[in-house]
Amino acid sequence: MTEKDLPALSIADLQSLLRRKEVSAREVINALQERIEAVDGEIGAYLSLDVDTAIKEAEEADLDLPLGGVPLAIKDIINVMDQPCTCGSKILQGYRATYDAAVIRRLRAAGAIPFGKTNLDEFAMGSSTENSAVKVTRNPWDLSRVPGGSSGGSAAAVAADAAFGALGSDTGGSIRQPAALSGVVGFKPTYGRVSRFGLVAFASSLDQIGPLTKTVRDAALIMNAIAGHDPQDSTSLNERVPDYAAKLGKDLRGIRLGVPKEYMIERTDSQVKAAINTAVKQMNSLGAEIVDVSLSHTDYAVAVYYILATAEASANLARFDGVRYGYRAENARDMLDLYGRTREEGFGAEVKRRIILGTYVLSSGYYDAYYLRAQKVRELIRQDFAKVFDKVDALISPTSPVPAFKLGERAADPLQMYLADIFTIAANLAGICGISLPCGFADMEGHRLPIGLQLLGKPLDEARIFQIAHAYEQSTDWHKARPPIVNAAPKA
Amino acid sequence: MAGAADLDVAYVARLARINLSKEEAKAFQKQLGDVLNYVEKLRQADVSHVEAAAHALPIFNVFREDEPRDWFTAEEALSNAPRKTNDLFIVPKVVE
Repeated sequence: MTEKDLPALSIADLQSLLRRKEVSAREVINALQERIEAVDGEIGAYLSLDVDTAIKEAEEADLDLPLGGVPLAIKDIINVMDQPCTCGSKILQGYRATYDAAVIRRLRAAGAIPFGKTNLDEFAMGSSTENSAVKVTRNPWDLSRVPGGSSGGSAAAVAADAAFGALGSDTGGSIRQPAALSGVVGFKPTYGRVSRFGLVAFASSLDQIGPLTKTVRDAALIMNAIAGHDPQDSTSLNERVPDYAAKLGKDLRGIRLGVPKEYMIERTDSQVKAAINTAVKQMNSLGAEIVDVSLSHTDYAVAVYYILATAEASANLARFDGVRYGYRAENARDMLDLYGRTREEGFGAEVKRRIILGTYVLSSGYYDAYYLRAQKVRELIRQDFAKVFDKVDALISPTSPVPAFKLGERAADPLQMYLADIFTIAANLAGICGISLPCGFADMEGHRLPIGLQLLGKPLDEARIFQIAHAYEQSTDWHKARPPIVNAAPKA
Repeated sequence: MAGAADLDVAYVARLARINLSKEEAKAFQKQLGDVLNYVEKLRQADVSHVEAAAHALPIFNVFREDEPRDWFTAEEALSNAPRKTNDLFIVPKVVE
């Protein structure tokens, strides 16, 4: 193995090499930096790198720790001490984090090295990463297409072997959907499983941090490091964290998998449908029993989400006022002028749209009609899942109704963009866990585009989701495929 | 449920403390009108026997001891301030 080949490794394989001292943590950082220089000019996954600090940390890395010496990319909405945290927004230009998010503290304690920040839709609001005010991120499988979003930079970096693994955040599908469109694994933990302390808040009742990786095992390893109770997040669950890697390798005998009929809809792309049907058969041949189920309130999920998420965002983003950090409009006449112009000039169009919608649904006279009603329908959606999980261990569906779409194709119509999240949003509303993993390819205009399979699990049943996902993954070769840009990268 | 016609983007933007250009207000009026028309479908859901859910977890009233702990120094807290003097954030004059 030469240094040039290192970035292709999974975290688990990288650790074996590090522990056998066949490669040093410093060589790993160097190899990763070279790969980023080779491919990221075209892809645009990273917003900032902190290689000098990473090298220092690599030289002191304790390789016996669970993630000792493993460099990880971090979505630029999670605070990493002394690094920028732009949230993909002009309003946080120049900001440098003065503390580590809880997940970063945990990753460091496990020996991992956060070395770079990845692009995203501004404040995680979007499904294509096109809403970033900083730069465009392209899908490594077809550079004319989006990587998905909002954790598009993290997904694209992992897909292009420009990161061993990454953290993202998932409010309505922002880990799973870009994982599907970019051909990697993306995991959304149960709400409350991972501390949100230090994650810049978008919609606090929906946001969860989770990993994007090349394999299911790698996602489980990162979850082992970041899951657990944190007194600094009042919604953090005080529950025991099992070893998520422990059940990997078990087959699917005795597992009951539900196929929700509301997730196998007409307007899903035919190649996506075919891939999911094949995957369901594969699960069945691995021993899983397949059961048809119904989640009858599914059709309301997108509507509920865009009321609740925007309402919460309108409150959370009130803090960006030009006073304490970030961008400030010049020559303000008074405070109202300072607020109004700072937010006009600092926020992009999608963020403004959502703040305005969220303000409206919370405003006097409209609160009951929109916000309160949406909260009640949210409860119906949660009950749908609770009832179904009495009958099955997990649910299986497409992650996205379509493979990666073209840059610019949906940007002009916010509602069409919102519908890209139709299969992922309900899991956030219900607070359950889920994963997306590669399950095939669609042929589109001469390009192979990844297709993602979604598994949804009961609250706190992450270990079983990893078990099922791993069994499927290991029975296929999808996770071994790499985009053309990786194969074209110069080798020594 | 109130309809999309009730939305006055210029007024709500003032509530949200966001100045908008005329063009932006006009575009948002149409786009958010589409979203509000879409969410009309929630009217069809029977919620007569449902309690509202603030979030998906059955946890309430999380308390902690009210004890001092180390946190930012004034210097750290001010390190990202657009304008500062004498350990204070500087803003435009509020009272004439």
